[in-house]
Amino acid sequence: MTEDLHQLAAEAEATLHAAKDSAALEAWRVRYFGRKGVLSDVMARLSTISREERPAYGKAANEFRQTLDAAFAARQEVLRQAELAEALAAEGVDVTLPGRPVSLGRMHPSHRTLREIYAIFAEMGFQVYDAPDVETDENNFQLLNMPPGHPARDMWDTFYTTTPGVILRTHTSPGQIRVMRQYCPEPIRVILPGMCYRYEQVTARSEMMFHQVEALAVGHNITMADLKGVVISFARKMYGEGRKVRFRCSHFPFTEPSAEVDMDCIICGGQGCRVCKYTGWLEIMGCGMVHPVVLRNGGYDPDVYSGFAFGMGVERPAMLKYRINDIRYFFANDARFLEQFV
Amino acid sequence: MKVPISWLKEYVNITVPIPALAERMTLAGLEVSGIDYIGVEPPTGAGQAAKGKSQRVPWDRERIWVGQILEVRPHPNADRLTLATVEFGHGAPLTVVTGAPNIRPGEKGQKVPFAQVGAKLIDGHYDDGRLLTLKAGKIRGVASEGMVCSEKELGLSDDHEGILILPDDAPVSVPLADYLGDVVLEVEITPNMARCMSIIGIAREVAALTGQKLRLAEPAMQAAGAPIAGQVAIEIPDSDLCNRYSATLIRGVTIGPSPFWLRHRLRLAGMRPISNVVDVTNYVMWEWGQPLHAFDYDKLAERAGGRAPIIIIRRARAGEKMTTLDGVARDLTTDMLLITDTAGPIAVAGVMGGAETEVTEQTRNILLESANFHNINNRRTSQALRLPSEASQRFGRGVPAGMTIPAATRATELMRVLASGVIAQGYADAYPVPQETSVVEITPGQVERILGMKVSAERITAILESLEFRVEKVAPEVLRCTVPWQRLDVSIAADLIEEVARVIGYDQIPTTLFDDTLPPQRRNLDLEAEERIRDILIGCGLQDTIAYSLVGQDTNHRLLAALNDPDSGYTAPGVIPCLLPPAACIRLANPLTPEHDTMRTSLAPSALMILRDNLRFRDRIAQFEIGRVYWPRENQLLPDEPRHLCLVLTGPRESLSWHGGSGEMTDFYDLKGIVEALLSRLGIADARFAATTHPAFGPRVARLTINGVDAGILGELHPQVRAAFDLPAQRVSLAEFALAPFLAAFNRPQTVTPLSAFPAVREDLAFIVDEGVTAEKVLAVMRAAGGDLLRAVELFDLYRGAPIPAGRKSLAYRLTYQADDRTLSADAVERLRNRIVKRVQQELGAELRG
Repeated sequence: MTEDLHQLAAEAEATLHAAKDSAALEAWRVRYFGRKGVLSDVMARLSTISREERPAYGKAANEFRQTLDAAFAARQEVLRQAELAEALAAEGVDVTLPGRPVSLGRMHPSHRTLREIYAIFAEMGFQVYDAPDVETDENNFQLLNMPPGHPARDMWDTFYTTTPGVILRTHTSPGQIRVMRQYCPEPIRVILPGMCYRYEQVTARSEMMFHQVEALAVGHNITMADLKGVVISFARKMYGEGRKVRFRCSHFPFTEPSAEVDMDCIICGGQGCRVCKYTGWLEIMGCGMVHPVVLRNGGYDPDVYSGFAFGMGVERPAMLKYRINDIRYFFANDARFLEQFV
Repeated sequence: MKVPISWLKEYVNITVPIPALAERMTLAGLEVSGIDYIGVEPPTGAGQAAKGKSQRVPWDRERIWVGQILEVRPHPNADRLTLATVEFGHGAPLTVVTGAPNIRPGEKGQKVPFAQVGAKLIDGHYDDGRLLTLKAGKIRGVASEGMVCSEKELGLSDDHEGILILPDDAPVSVPLADYLGDVVLEVEITPNMARCMSIIGIAREVAALTGQKLRLAEPAMQAAGAPIAGQVAIEIPDSDLCNRYSATLIRGVTIGPSPFWLRHRLRLAGMRPISNVVDVTNYVMWEWGQPLHAFDYDKLAERAGGRAPIIIIRRARAGEKMTTLDGVARDLTTDMLLITDTAGPIAVAGVMGGAETEVTEQTRNILLESANFHNINNRRTSQALRLPSEASQRFGRGVPAGMTIPAATRATELMRVLASGVIAQGYADAYPVPQETSVVEITPGQVERILGMKVSAERITAILESLEFRVEKVAPEVLRCTVPWQRLDVSIAADLIEEVARVIGYDQIPTTLFDDTLPPQRRNLDLEAEERIRDILIGCGLQDTIAYSLVGQDTNHRLLAALNDPDSGYTAPGVIPCLLPPAACIRLANPLTPEHDTMRTSLAPSALMILRDNLRFRDRIAQFEIGRVYWPRENQLLPDEPRHLCLVLTGPRESLSWHGGSGEMTDFYDLKGIVEALLSRLGIADARFAATTHPAFGPRVARLTINGVDAGILGELHPQVRAAFDLPAQRVSLAEFALAPFLAAFNRPQTVTPLSAFPAVREDLAFIVDEGVTAEKVLAVMRAAGGDLLRAVELFDLYRGAPIPAGRKSLAYRLTYQADDRTLSADAVERLRNRIVKRVQQELGAELRG
């Protein structure tokens, strides 16, 4: 009898192996574990067996059931794995197909550049101060030591409004007067960013509207050496460590002494190229010690206070940095240009 | 200002190489923007400014010489060619074939530039400056062993009419480069450096910068004629505009061409030679910086009825006219200064002479004017008449009065020599307002305070003395400096400090980073908030833009195109969008173009123009701008310049992709979603959207209120407005807001609600309400009824159509109930639900959808 069970178990395992999918597995389960299945038969036979043989048969029957259970569980797991593998295999994709597009916005290059400038000056204790675009002739020129008819006014081609004495600021320098009058007699360390306007034909090299950033420091003990330190520090943070910077005597009516600052050309490294007009130098800003008349106009006694100021463009540095060859791109807002900025 | 080095060398020794000199000048405030090498080789390595600019050809020192013509013979085979035999000192004389009309058979002895075979020259037959290498060859059967050169071939001018005839004293056999070669510096003169609009002015600077002495002798003239007194009189009624007028008289001149050296120099300086007398006035102006004017004395005498002319310097009278020497009849205004005589105007002072008294070929007697005019008045006159000139450039920046006599003397003597005149003795010189001498005191302490560098009193003294200041030590540390008469730009100590700094060199000033109190540090919250908003919007997928602040004056009108009478739609400042009529806007008096003549009052029009341009390249556009608008204020000179935010969306919601997508177009709710995201990110809780109407928009338009303040408008553009901006027929959503209401909430302290430990219950409710019942109302009623326990309400469906009756709509909400201190029982939830449903039914006439 027990031999029969061994043979039955061998048969069961063979048919179980033949079950290749969950339907076959289920048929097998019904055949062996079902109510009228093989196992049921085997167990039922126990009652028909003689008392002497019953313990041995009972043990063999139990083993038979355990064998079937284990074999079934193992087979079930194998098939489950196989089915999962098959399902996953069907999930494969071409990973080189593009992902679902996300709408991207980008910052305007002038704003990017302004932010860099803000950050560099914030480290040196300079705060940002706002001044208006539409200015008085008085603030833009007169209080900056350029009375009407002053020859230096020719340095700025001015847009006049139909209101006498009201112009579009030609530079951010009138903000110097405003900030001094607001904070006098406190020491001052500010930058004044803003839009400036010049009556200039718009070409690849010149715009009628552009950003400038002015810096102003006023205190009891501000020197031209500090001016040099701040400017050099700025230039190296903005354009890279190791940049060469030179100060060349120049003239602005609102600073004395005045200087223009040149940096070795970042295009050619000072060898001479079209961008630096073969001089090896690029002009990056105008600067100087605040003129005593301007300090006085701002409310500060020039015998007690001193200060420095400088002004620089924003689009020009951006042009250098991103190798932009036409300044008109900045305010044309062509998507094909703006979308290039990461 | 072009400065030939050979001219400069007459006044100062040049002890350093040219590139080093240029660099020194540049750093000291005389920016050398170009170096032009005339016939000589630029030094290698240095002098980068010369590269790329100069197209000149260096004159080969082994092949191009100063030669002398020994004989000129006719060409046997050609009438228009001649054979010239030239001695040049480096081998036997050579014979060349030439077509030059200015040497003729039989002539000899002329000094000429002679080029041997192998020399490189500019090809005179072309105008593009191309070079040729001289080859031996036969011209009409006769061998030509070199070339006599024209100015064009040497790169000196465009003159190719004849060969260049050198002065008789030109040294034969010397390389031409040594005799005629030169270097011309192009120097940019800033307004404070007006004194350097002259060779002598620059020489004085070069002397101070290189430790040399200026070589300048007081000019003298050989006056053999009758004294000038009695031959001319000068009266200056308007001495506020002319503080000095000096004149000399030269009789018996012969007008003719100037000699080569003078013409050559003028050309190097960028001026055109005219005639000996006129050339001398230009030459001396370039050399001294004093503009001069030559009158035909006989014409003046004629106008004076044969008597001695009286020169009167006065303002123009109302309605006065004169014809200037360019032949143009000029209307003069009463603020213009004139040179007149008893018969009327003879010149616009310091701007241009009159045609009637102009020097001509027939002129015999010259009255030479050397005068001083008020710089601002002169500038205004030359600008008003649009007559910029070398003279008005100098007068406009200021010329010292002490200059009139030396310059007149120098020019008068040159006229005597070059035009063989006889000089009347003395000067006619009216000097009613003598130039004041400035005295400025300075201490080494002041210098250190400004420069951050110690400079000794001795060093300061030496520097200032090198610039011809007179320096006295009046106290141990106090230097009293008398400003030299030729300097009009020095009046305060700061001016002297700059002189000291630039002569020492700015590079010698140390580099420090503040030794001063740190000012009170204030945050600029407006800027921070603006930048935050920019980041949020970029994060929402919008492109940051910057449009011109200037727009055309019809721009606002276009936003009102949907009105029958657009003019009726103009608004006042403060309303958003602010659409002012053109006359009420800030407008330019001198616009560059009509498209940019008005300061914008709203960001919307510029945004739509950007949109229009970009729709040529993109079908989906999402952009924004944060920028200023300009609103005139009553009784205030300057406008208000509030910052605004403008958002624009158009095109498909999703970009084209293989994933398909809905293909739906963006609309009002896309825009509103962005605005809501912005409000949420800024922590603005109190924001309301309310339906409104506006002529620029269609029916989908709302006003946004933040904390009870109107922030602006958002909506879909009216089709006629779209058309007015040449936009295609697709939805365009636009918002314009004032930034200030958004900023008010920025940087407020924020607190977080603790998380409840008890479970939340979610359920869905749908109500059927009339179309007129807004989502805002339903929400408000539910919130009021639900109280604290109603934690969240999300609208997840809006349905119209069967079985919902027409005029009604179904709104389906997911509600979340939760308490902080207990688990809500089924009973409690039911009570809450019943309360909410009842209130919505009662207050809004709603029906609960089963």
